Amino acid sequence: MGTQQTAVDNGVDVEALLGAREALTEAPEGAKFTWRASCDWIRGTHSATTVKGFFGLGEEQSHRTEFRFDSDHPELFASDDNGATPVEIVLAGLAGCLTAGIASVAQNRNIQLRSVKATLEAGMDLQGILGIDGDVRNGFDGIKVHYEIDADASREDIAALVAQSQKRSAVFDVITNPTDVSVTVA
Amino acid sequence: VIRGFDRARQSGAVDVVVIGAGHSGLAISHYLGARSVDHVVLERGEVANSWRRERWDSLRLLTPNWLSTLPGYGYSGEDPHGYMSMDEVIEFISAYARFLDAPVRTGTTVKSVSTAAGGYRVTTDQGAWHSRAVVIATGACNLPVIPAVAQALPKDIAQLTPANYRNPGQLAPGGVLVVGASATGVQLAAELQRAGHPVTIAVGEHVRMPRVYRGRDIQWCMHAAGVLDQRYDEVDDLRRASRVPSPQLVGSRERPFMDLNALSSDGVRLAGRLAGIRGGKAQFSGSLGNVCALADLKMNRLLMAIDEWADGHGRVADLGPPERFEPTRVPQPPILGLDLREIRTVVWATGYRPDWSWLDTPVLDRKGWIRHDGGIADAPGLYVTGLPFLRRRKSSFIHGAEDDARDLGEHLFGWLGALARRRAASIAV
Repeated sequence: MGTQQTAVDNGVDVEALLGAREALTEAPEGAKFTWRASCDWIRGTHSATTVKGFFGLGEEQSHRTEFRFDSDHPELFASDDNGATPVEIVLAGLAGCLTAGIASVAQNRNIQLRSVKATLEAGMDLQGILGIDGDVRNGFDGIKVHYEIDADASREDIAALVAQSQKRSAVFDVITNPTDVSVTVA
Repeated sequence: VIRGFDRARQSGAVDVVVIGAGHSGLAISHYLGARSVDHVVLERGEVANSWRRERWDSLRLLTPNWLSTLPGYGYSGEDPHGYMSMDEVIEFISAYARFLDAPVRTGTTVKSVSTAAGGYRVTTDQGAWHSRAVVIATGACNLPVIPAVAQALPKDIAQLTPANYRNPGQLAPGGVLVVGASATGVQLAAELQRAGHPVTIAVGEHVRMPRVYRGRDIQWCMHAAGVLDQRYDEVDDLRRASRVPSPQLVGSRERPFMDLNALSSDGVRLAGRLAGIRGGKAQFSGSLGNVCALADLKMNRLLMAIDEWADGHGRVADLGPPERFEPTRVPQPPILGLDLREIRTVVWATGYRPDWSWLDTPVLDRKGWIRHDGGIADAPGLYVTGLPFLRRRKSSFIHGAEDDARDLGEHLFGWLGALARRRAASIAV
């Protein structure tokens, strides 16, 4: 370990990540993960989704604690606003994923981050979900993510960090590419 | 008959069997011949077979003629700064085979390679060989890779690959979707758009570079700055480096900058990576902006490396001033879906993969790739050459064959010597 590597600390254990990459290249079965969430309707548009267990490395795994996400609609939709709208939670997922990627890539490239701030904006035409205009899609008409990053690196290196993070991001992939979704009822 | 002097034999014992008489196999033959190693070069068709049968009409090499060198041989024509047409490549490689007087067996298709006592047994449709070593020089581009999504295409849409595309005359009038933005993808998109087809190109990760930089061919710059000499054991992620698409270059006298901006200016529509086909529509990834940003960043890094080399080696006077190019223009909003009724033909410019189905030696990994270290396969006496980034960044070019063949030839010669010493020792005992 050179001093160069110990000097940069973004709180990411790159050695562990690279070790996992190597181990999972040898044993690709362990790389197959399943993520789970369960959701209970509470009242009106208010629901609570919790996550705790998941599957990976060939066995059941668990978060340290259960995490809960309340989703609801704002008052202007005559709702009680007990939580973020589901589409805002999608933005939270994207921001969290890209930012985690930036920290990891920065660590791997020996770039010390001082601050990373993302602001996200997604347009949506409600004529879609309200069924007013069949030509308007339900979802976002686009997502804009803007980063302000203070780091020991050139403009180009920071741009490369952000680009690489998108390239390796699960949520970016989920949003930018079609995914088969099957919804069943017991 | 003294072994090694029966030049017509079609079977028997030989020290080395080389499979494939393209530039890589012939380059190996050069080094084996120089050391008087008894060998044959087996070729399913004629010398330079893939160049004869699996390339489109307008294709020219991406490298200038002066750079087309093979061990002991170079371009001697009158147009050193031109780019060879396929006829010229075929003649160049055929002339090299004649120059070497290489022991090529044409019309000889290898059926299997298996381990046998003291080496390998190579069966062909003309007879069987028994050898101490085998060099696989059948190349990386045997089978066009067509993504699984192709199965969902409506049956009335014609499909072509770079292996069976020849010219625009093959296509029905109407829209074309070119999938892939390597050299092949951008060249075919430009050619088909010029021929009057409305072309959409689906763009994933790609490599952008200008044909001419600071007044010089980019290949000259990369060659001079040593960029292409980077070794396989010096890169972080060799697997990734060896799968990078070919650079968006075209070998043409006008030396145009054949990037996505040029295609856009010609009227070609840019879309993201083809992500799915559903409900009569092609779906494209929303990652177009990012893959273009990545390509622009990587291009600028290359140009910066060339500038640094020029500054550090007193070559500034040989070159024009440093240049930076307009970022790739990504359509706003980008196309995410395309009604397939607009499309009559899909061209899969989605790469190739090697065909090693005849290889009965257990050296393939779970993805079906030969396990090797810079061409030295994970089986004693077995070698593979002519693959992208085999030993150097330039391995995928004709001029990359020389250094790779010399390295592998050295190793192979050492292996044969060790075998001979072992045999001698066992006789002495």
